[in-house]
Amino acid sequence: MELLEHPVAPLIAPEQGERAARRSLRAQIDKLERELADAFVTAYPMGGLERVDPAPSQAGPRLLGLGELERVRDELAARVREARTSIAERADVQAANRVRLEKMLLDPGRYRFVRIANSDIGEPGCGEWFVRPRLGLIGMLMGWWEVKLSSGCPLATGLRAP
Amino acid sequence: MSAVSGRVEPELAEEFPGLRLVWTAVEARLRGSPPPVKQRLRELSDRYRGAGVVAMRTQPIPHAYRAFFRQVGVDPDAARIPSEEAAVRRLLQGGFRSRGALADALLLALVETGVPVWALDAGVADVSSLGIRVAVAGDVLGGGPGGGIPVPGGQLVVADSASVHATLFGEPAPGHAPGPRTAQIVLFAVGVDGVPAIHVEEALWVATDVLKTS
Repeated sequence: MELLEHPVAPLIAPEQGERAARRSLRAQIDKLERELADAFVTAYPMGGLERVDPAPSQAGPRLLGLGELERVRDELAARVREARTSIAERADVQAANRVRLEKMLLDPGRYRFVRIANSDIGEPGCGEWFVRPRLGLIGMLMGWWEVKLSSGCPLATGLRAP
Repeated sequence: MSAVSGRVEPELAEEFPGLRLVWTAVEARLRGSPPPVKQRLRELSDRYRGAGVVAMRTQPIPHAYRAFFRQVGVDPDAARIPSEEAAVRRLLQGGFRSRGALADALLLALVETGVPVWALDAGVADVSSLGIRVAVAGDVLGGGPGGGIPVPGGQLVVADSASVHATLFGEPAPGHAPGPRTAQIVLFAVGVDGVPAIHVEEALWVATDVLKTS
């Protein structure tokens, strides 16, 4: 009975426990930052991630407490989640566009005047796939349709003056 | 060149085992950069491409500084880490512009290693106690006869026993940065967890070398 009533000292001092928790949160922040950076790079060719305007902080670099570290971790986790959702949605759209392009190439007549840009299918460059009638008006009347790939990006500086 | 480890407050060192300040002193005066340094800046400008700058944050050293910024409550997308700031400036300006031997030396060190280096006038810095600590109530940035800006308690600062020279990763206070009368410059670099010690020393070496040859 005496043994049961005797106060038992905690195995880990509260200070040490809190320090360990802060260390764990910093490790989580490090991992999430890496994941966000990877998502940022993945999303770049798809048009980039939506810009999140961070709240300007006047406090400067400081030693964060447990609550503040948790807030940083949670905000970062939310941004990683949003980035992944955005990438997945864009990948779905690009996959659908690729299927559409395949069908367009197989049967141009069913996709008259449809345009699909390289960026719509996740490809680099400014090329654009366009269904148009062969020989202009005659092709339209005869039902001769073809898919043309445009030549590329316009000149950045324009033509030199004569 | 001898690189000396500065003091990191024990409480901080326990929280951030990789946080360190390394400094060195160099006899140099402020002057313009010689042509070879300007040429080196031009060559470094050519290293940057848009896609490379986008992918920069996945590289180990920029990642280490970005993660550290977040861990100390600074959003690196709002206040960029020094190497990303330099890269964005390069993209916007079309090249690195020479701004004198000291600024060029610090920029070359940053671009070549990814580690930021700052300079203090040796006349106002007590290098024997130079280091990183947590600001306490009453601390003043650039304190001296002319007064200074009060630093909020809890902020991380670069300081010695006499005064606070800068907030961590911030520019030195006016009057503490080298000026026209400076004869000796203290260069210091700040490393964080994930940044190899050799990169920190290399950054100081590059900056010292540029200053000595200018």
